[in-house]
Amino acid sequence: MNILQTLLILAAAFLAVFGEAAFPLLHHWLGAQVDLLPVLMVYAALNTDIVTVSSLAVLGGLWFDALSANPLGISILPLCAIGFVIYLQRELILRELPFAQFVLGAMASAVAPAMVVLLLLTGGQEPLLGWGSIWQWLVMTAGGAVATPVVFEFFNRCQQALGYQPRTEISFRPDREIRRGRKQHHADF
Amino acid sequence: MLKKKHYLALGTVALVALLIFSLPQRTTSRLKLAAGSVFLPLFGLLNTAQQLPGNAADAVMPHRALLKEIGDLRNENQQLHFQMMQAATTASENDRLRALLGWQRQAPWQLKLANVILRDPANWWRTLQIDLGSRDGVRENLPVLTPDGLVGRISAVGLTRSQVVLLGDPNCRVSALVANPAHDIGIISAGGPLDYTLVELTYLSGNAEVKPGEDVLTSGQGGIFPQGIPIGQIVDSRTVEFGLYTEARVKLSADLGALEQVWVILNPPSNP
Repeated sequence: MNILQTLLILAAAFLAVFGEAAFPLLHHWLGAQVDLLPVLMVYAALNTDIVTVSSLAVLGGLWFDALSANPLGISILPLCAIGFVIYLQRELILRELPFAQFVLGAMASAVAPAMVVLLLLTGGQEPLLGWGSIWQWLVMTAGGAVATPVVFEFFNRCQQALGYQPRTEISFRPDREIRRGRKQHHADF
Repeated sequence: MLKKKHYLALGTVALVALLIFSLPQRTTSRLKLAAGSVFLPLFGLLNTAQQLPGNAADAVMPHRALLKEIGDLRNENQQLHFQMMQAATTASENDRLRALLGWQRQAPWQLKLANVILRDPANWWRTLQIDLGSRDGVRENLPVLTPDGLVGRISAVGLTRSQVVLLGDPNCRVSALVANPAHDIGIISAGGPLDYTLVELTYLSGNAEVKPGEDVLTSGQGGIFPQGIPIGQIVDSRTVEFGLYTEARVKLSADLGALEQVWVILNPPSNP
């Protein structure tokens, strides 16, 4: 684990939040914007330490709420809950399998907006809800599911490119080399 | 199993969240603007990136097309001059009559053009951000519109950008008047989460006779929006609460899904 990976994840969260607000193409086409923060949280919870998970929850939630009409800080708790649950169970999860990543991404992307809406309603807010919200929820879930293996692949490649590579062991050992032929001595001339 | 480090991290995050929730509204708004200001460098980059295709198109536009466009604009300008002369006569007559009746004189709108820079990333709000802030004279609750019709109102103001809550958001309610002989008055309230073009006109009286195609304008009541700004047209209507009220669907005049530039009225006139 290194600081570079943490910074990379936080930078990705920063850009993801900005991209969701600045490029609403998916919203125009499908009627809903896909949120990448739960996806990043899945990756962080499976591959990094608890500090990165907490940082992503706090900073990602704050950035998202800053560009949204959400009350500030309301996205922190759902992200934190998702991150901690996955983090505590990560030894039991086959994190290398794309199918497992897909399912986790779907679950995280489904739970996060539902929890935020629940918190909003609990706090007396009046979000824009209706039958169309079910479609939006499905789009967010499916979008998050598809994006998760892509995000894993992206970070794995970044890790390969920027991180230290494990030293590869080869079967050849110079100390066990069998030297054939006569030994040459300096006296042989 | 939870270790001490996990408890510490979980506690810290929960503490931060609770601390933010418990702050006063004013402090939270400032904190929100501060948190949003970290995106300022990206706003600049985005603006430059958006201008690039336009600049490239300008560079390759033929001279003949430019001359034609200039000619068309001159013609349009002259027509607008004539309309303005006519409007000035009407306005002076209006002022005279208002003075005779002892009504307050209407000042012309002071408008400022703003670019739409961001949309709400959350699917359950209908807001956007514009590149005008308090340093441009923008303040909360100023009306925002396009030449087609009303868009919404300013809901939060930073130094260089502001948040606009759009029509159809639950936090943007507008007193509206149907342009029919009875001048029925209702409240524009939230639409569906998917359709940006339709909103609900609620609390019309039970015997209101609104017909499809009738224009809906701001009534001027409520103290935020000036009177007479087009909102949209009636699509259909139905009675609710056992005939106590009538509700109607209104198709908005302004295309809220494709907004790139909007106008802010800096001096919304008070209505008599």
